[in-house]
Amino acid sequence: MRYLPLTEDDRARMLATIGVKSVDDLYVDVPQAARLKGLVDLPKAQGELAVERRMRALAEKNTPAGRTAFFLGAGAYRHHVPASVDHLIQRGEFLTSYTPYQPEIAQGTLQALYEFQTQVAELLGCEIANASMYDGSTACAEAALMAARATKRKRVIVSGGVHPHYIEATRTLCEAQGVEIVALAPAVDGEAEVMKHLDDTVAGVLVQSPNVFGTVTDLTPISDAAHAKGALLVATFTEAVSFGMVEPPGAMGADIVAGEGQSIGNSLNFGGPYVGLFATREKLVRSMPGRVAGETVDADGKRGFVLTLSTREQHIRREKATSNICTNAGLCTLAFTIHMTLLGQRGLSQLAELNHETACALADALAGVKGVELLTPRFFNEFAVRLPKGAQGVVDKLAGQNIVAGVAYSRLREGMDDVLIVAATETNTEDDIAKFAAALKGAL
Amino acid sequence: MSDQTTTGSRGLLQAEALIFEIEGAKHTGVDLPTPKGGKDRLGGLKRKSAPALPGLSEPETVRHYTRLSQRNYAIDLGLFPLGSCTMKHNPRLNERAARFEGFADLHPLQPESMTQGALELMDDLAHWLLELTGLPAVALSPKAGAHGEFCGMLAIKAALEARGEGATRTRVLVPESAHGTNPATAVQCGFTVDEVPGNAQGRVDLAALEAKLGPDVAAVMLTNPNTLGLFEGDVKKIADLVHGAGGYFYCDGANFNAIVGRVRPGDLGVDAMHINLHKTFSTPHGGGGPGAGPTVLSEALAAYAPPPLIVKKGDGRAMEEHRRPGAVGRLCAFHGQMGMFTRAMTYMLSHGSDGLRQVAEDAVLNANYIRARLKPHFSAPFGDGPCMHEALLDDTSIKAHGVETIDIAKALIDEGFHPMTTYFPLVVHGAMLIEPTETESKREIDRFCDAMIALAERARSGDAAFFKAAPKFAPSRRLDETRAARQPKLRWRADAEAAVKKAAE
Repeated sequence: MRYLPLTEDDRARMLATIGVKSVDDLYVDVPQAARLKGLVDLPKAQGELAVERRMRALAEKNTPAGRTAFFLGAGAYRHHVPASVDHLIQRGEFLTSYTPYQPEIAQGTLQALYEFQTQVAELLGCEIANASMYDGSTACAEAALMAARATKRKRVIVSGGVHPHYIEATRTLCEAQGVEIVALAPAVDGEAEVMKHLDDTVAGVLVQSPNVFGTVTDLTPISDAAHAKGALLVATFTEAVSFGMVEPPGAMGADIVAGEGQSIGNSLNFGGPYVGLFATREKLVRSMPGRVAGETVDADGKRGFVLTLSTREQHIRREKATSNICTNAGLCTLAFTIHMTLLGQRGLSQLAELNHETACALADALAGVKGVELLTPRFFNEFAVRLPKGAQGVVDKLAGQNIVAGVAYSRLREGMDDVLIVAATETNTEDDIAKFAAALKGAL
Repeated sequence: MSDQTTTGSRGLLQAEALIFEIEGAKHTGVDLPTPKGGKDRLGGLKRKSAPALPGLSEPETVRHYTRLSQRNYAIDLGLFPLGSCTMKHNPRLNERAARFEGFADLHPLQPESMTQGALELMDDLAHWLLELTGLPAVALSPKAGAHGEFCGMLAIKAALEARGEGATRTRVLVPESAHGTNPATAVQCGFTVDEVPGNAQGRVDLAALEAKLGPDVAAVMLTNPNTLGLFEGDVKKIADLVHGAGGYFYCDGANFNAIVGRVRPGDLGVDAMHINLHKTFSTPHGGGGPGAGPTVLSEALAAYAPPPLIVKKGDGRAMEEHRRPGAVGRLCAFHGQMGMFTRAMTYMLSHGSDGLRQVAEDAVLNANYIRARLKPHFSAPFGDGPCMHEALLDDTSIKAHGVETIDIAKALIDEGFHPMTTYFPLVVHGAMLIEPTETESKREIDRFCDAMIALAERARSGDAAFFKAAPKFAPSRRLDETRAARQPKLRWRADAEAAVKKAAE
């Protein structure tokens, strides 16, 4: 077996040193009845060629996004990731290292995390950020929970513009701990609705901008209203590239900003792994979940970085921890950081503008199709349209023409059957758009 | 100091500032088409002030992160014996497979007609996990081990609610040696935690556990093999006791590597167990993630698995994405860590049923060999019988000489090894938990043991100063963690750095 270095001779010598006759003697504590006599009922070992063949065969049963005219977003976005990003994250020193608990030999990971935290705080317009969460949806859920922890209140009002998967993940996490989630009805342009439900029992209001329908919203009035009642404004998002162009939630008074960072540095991967971004105010840092890297000095007075504020975390605080989380999105944060370094402010803003332009062209093309109504009033690179028939059927039909037309809202949450959510990025060509518009016309 | 260089670099180890400190970092390493301009449908929400994000050209970026990488220890470099972490070799075929266009460039919401291969892979993975654990159902979506615990404990909560006992069964029994995630998870699910003491053999005190069982107990959470690296031989009795008292049995699968292919948790009465794909099935740890924590469930809990679920549809498969009544709600967006599924599946196919069994045996053999070699030189609590996949030592025998666990760990760094897990489990004072895994050669393990023995002898020779000064040869000396926590500095700031510079002048 190519991954197992011990030889039969090694094993015999090691058993002799231990002073037992066979490996079975090392399993004496396992109840006899639970020791499998033979092998489990699965295929036996295979060589690299055979395994690669099987995996490739599975991969080839899929239709990769890049082989289609692709207009799907709704929480995951297809952007071009520079080749050097994937090259660097595959360096063994990054790929095969552990959580940096021994900081003297993990400065690479730690300095990259410190850079990541600074980039995320800048991007989202916040004071500080943590070293990432599992993904956008779990970051969003933890943010809602943090609002309850920081305010010592037990209700969170959730806008109907939040991605339905995010609402569900937030409900699952919060309700388990007795924090009530009040989810408002889906609305394309309804983030401000949360203000109507504010009172002094509300821990926080959770809104999304750009929201699942693509709508961008001025959050300033919402944060003013929330703060007036002693509640926090929690803002989530799924398209991090938007903040290359759109005013970020932190600059509009959001107290916690938590969402998805996949679109910078990370591929679609059929849903994961992605990278949850989580940023907040300095004064709330001790309520913040997740790992965080901080600056310090070593015994020679030289600057270095460590994981810090771990007294919030499960391995120290056990049942009193802010969260049970003990991993972050490690390598995905590194991909984010490297891609962001390649972009720089200039590249990011250019990338955002390209996305916006492409989406505007797409909106014009689709709105020109008879029967299609553009629903989203203000958008970045994603918007919703109402079709004269069920959106799922149209998506399925266009898939047959190698066009991924977006997602029917009803796939995310039952209802609004005629609403289709479409996204455009820098990867879409004018031809793609023309093809999509023509096919849509044919399908209606 | 005379050994200081003018650049701050030391040979292959290059000094490297933060990207924010690199002067003139206003470059960009991407060449994008120039936007045509003039389009704005943002409704007046254009960003007012540009973020302070430095940019570097591609060669500078590659060099910056390559230089950083060289400050990291990694499995690719040497033995990484972190107990409870299962740092085994990461086969590169797994990386190749995960990057196949058909997996990496696939959106989670693409029409099912375009994703049949992905659904088949997930179904295959589920099949392997169920065969290896002997349980009937699995939730694939948990994103990490702790997320899997959350999933399993919520399934237990949902089952209790369905029985009408959600409000009354609120107490969860957790052995005092458990991973910190176990009590944290129980609390996150709204339970209270009641700690069960261990016995003199390093196992759960069965009588104490039995005394704590009652009509308000929701579950027992047990790690097996436990965090001392020992198999809980009473596991079946524990399962029977908790079932008899109307509760459920959660098993923390962090240490599954010791028994994979040899013992099936389903045969031990387990109701729920998460599987860390990044441990047993070798998806890379990546400096702290991403992980994946699929959670297997017994017949009693299967109906409560959270969405999404893969179901057969015609000749192919479909994804059921909406929650079933009474089941646990969605844990995250989409379908889980697909990139980890492809890697774990590749790993499993490579090893097969025979290879996986050999994995467990070699992991256990390596750990016992290390313990046999080191026991005469360190103290080994609970060290009479065999251990499983990790060897537990403590610093009792060297402490009188002024040398503690942390000193051994830091001295190991100078010897070119990653230290073992230190000060965990908390129930052992000065614990050193050593998990070599099966992917180490006897030669490498002997090198490690020789170094450990030399360090023990040096400690006993009274050379405590040597240890306190370690590490000397790492990219950093010992770092001041207290200062980091007392005056948290969590990001770079232009104004703060300028103020420091000015004060220094």
